[in-house]
Amino acid sequence: MIAPHPDCQRIVITGVGLTAPNGNSLKELRESLLAGRSGVTRFETRYFGETVAGVCQFDELRYQTRKVLRRGTRAGSVGIYCANEAIRDAGLDWENVDKSAVGIYVGVTEHGNVETEQEIHQLKQYGYDIQFWSHHHNPRTVANNPAGEISLNLGITGPHYTLGAACAAGNAGIIQGAQMLRLGECDLAICGGVSESIHTFGIFASFHSQGALARHEDPTKASRPFDADRNGIVVAEGGCLFILERLSDARSRGARIYGEVVGYAMNSDAYDYVLPHPERQAECIETALRRAGLEPADIDIVSTHATGTTSGDVQECLALRRVFGDDGRTLFNNTKSFIGHAMGAAGALELAGNLPSFDDRVCHATINLDRPDPECSLKGLVANQPRELPKVDTILNNSFGMLGINSVVIVRRV
Amino acid sequence: MTTAEIQKAILDILASIAPDEDLSKLDPQVPFRDQMELDSMDFLDIVMELRKRYRVQIPEEDYPALASMNSSVEYLLPRMKDISA
Repeated sequence: MIAPHPDCQRIVITGVGLTAPNGNSLKELRESLLAGRSGVTRFETRYFGETVAGVCQFDELRYQTRKVLRRGTRAGSVGIYCANEAIRDAGLDWENVDKSAVGIYVGVTEHGNVETEQEIHQLKQYGYDIQFWSHHHNPRTVANNPAGEISLNLGITGPHYTLGAACAAGNAGIIQGAQMLRLGECDLAICGGVSESIHTFGIFASFHSQGALARHEDPTKASRPFDADRNGIVVAEGGCLFILERLSDARSRGARIYGEVVGYAMNSDAYDYVLPHPERQAECIETALRRAGLEPADIDIVSTHATGTTSGDVQECLALRRVFGDDGRTLFNNTKSFIGHAMGAAGALELAGNLPSFDDRVCHATINLDRPDPECSLKGLVANQPRELPKVDTILNNSFGMLGINSVVIVRRV
Repeated sequence: MTTAEIQKAILDILASIAPDEDLSKLDPQVPFRDQMELDSMDFLDIVMELRKRYRVQIPEEDYPALASMNSSVEYLLPRMKDISA
C-alpha cells in the first residue's frame, strides 16, 4: 500500500535549488558526488585559527543587489539563492503565482550566532561602548530571518518561518512544507534548510572542546564517516530548498516531478544533550516506513546522517541494522563525507544529492572509507565508488540532531 | 575637516551603504532620499558611520539636518572642524 491519499493530499517535489560546497545546482552536486569530488577546504576563522570547512561559492549577486546583500545575513543570502533557483527549476510561471498562497519553511540549526559574534567583535574595537552596537542586529538575528529574507526578496506574502531543529532541520523543513500543503495552509511550499554556521567561530570552538571537530592534513579527507580513523565533524555552510506541491496541482501544470514525499517522522530521544539514542532513531525510521506503507526491504537507498564522530556513527549503524537487518538488500551512503556537515541544510542537501538516482539508477558512495570501522558495519554500505542498481524507487533520508531530535523523510519515484 | 573633505566623507559613507547607486550625479541641494533608495535603517547607517569614523555625535532631533549634502555639510562643518581628514 503506497500513499493511500487522494492526489490532492499527495505531496511531490517539483523544484530543487541548492548551494553546496561542491556544487551550486543539483546537476553540479550530483556530478561531484558521482565523481568523488569533495568540497571541503582549509578555512580560517576568528579566534579559532586554521581548520577545515565546507565553503560555498555561489553567486550572491544573482538574485540580490549589493545593498540588500549588505543589509541581510549569510543565511538569508543562501536562502534567497536557493529559493530563486528552486522556483526557476520548477518551471513555475512565477509572475502569475498567487504569492499569498506560498509558504516558506526553512530549517536552521542555529541562527543569530554569526551576527552576534560579529557585533561583539566590532564593539570590542570601540571599547565595548554600546552606542556602537548596530541597529541591524535585531532584524538580522530574529529567528525567522532566513525565511523572512526570502519573503522580502520574492514578494511572498504567505507564511514564512524557520524551524529550529538542530541538525534534523533540513528534513523538518520538508516535513513542515508537506504538512502545510495537506492542511491547505498554502498551495506551494518552499522548504528545506540553510546553514551559515562556518561564519561563527563558536561552532568550531565548541565542537573542538567537545572533542568532536575533524582535523586532517588533507581537508578533502577530513570528513570520513564510518572510517576507523574518523575524528569528528567538518562544519559546512550551504542550503537546499525544494518546491513542494500537491500531486494534483503538479500534474495539472505539467510539472516535472522529482519524487513523492510518501513518509516522514520526527521524534525525540528524551535521553541526552548531545549523545544520540539508536532505539529512538530506529523508532523514527520505523514510524516513517509505517506511514509510507513500506517495509524496510522496499527502501533502495538510505541516505545516512553519520557525521564522522566516534560514537554517533556507531549509534546510527545500530539503528540501521535493527531496522534493515544485514542482508545487503538496501544500500547506504553518506553525503557528509563529500561536503561536511551542512547543519540546518544537511538533511535537505543530502536528500537532494540522492534524488537523481531515480533516473540514473546510481547510488553515490560514502568516500574516505579507507579502514572501515567494524562497529559501523553495514553490508549495503557503498564505499568510495558509486554503485549502479537495477532500479531505484525509494530513498530514505535520515537527519538527527542535538538534544535528541530525529527526523526521517521517505521519497518515492512517481 | 574642510567642506570638501566632509563632502567626500559623506560620499564614502553613502557608497558603502548604497553600493549599487551612481553617486556621481548627486545634487547637493536635493534630499538624498529623493535621489536614491534610502530607508530609515540606511539613514541610521549614516549616523552610525559618522559616529564610528569620526566620533561625531548627532542627537536624534538633529537628524533632519542630514537630509541633503548641503544641509549635512552645513551642520557637520562646525562639529568636524577640529577633526583631521
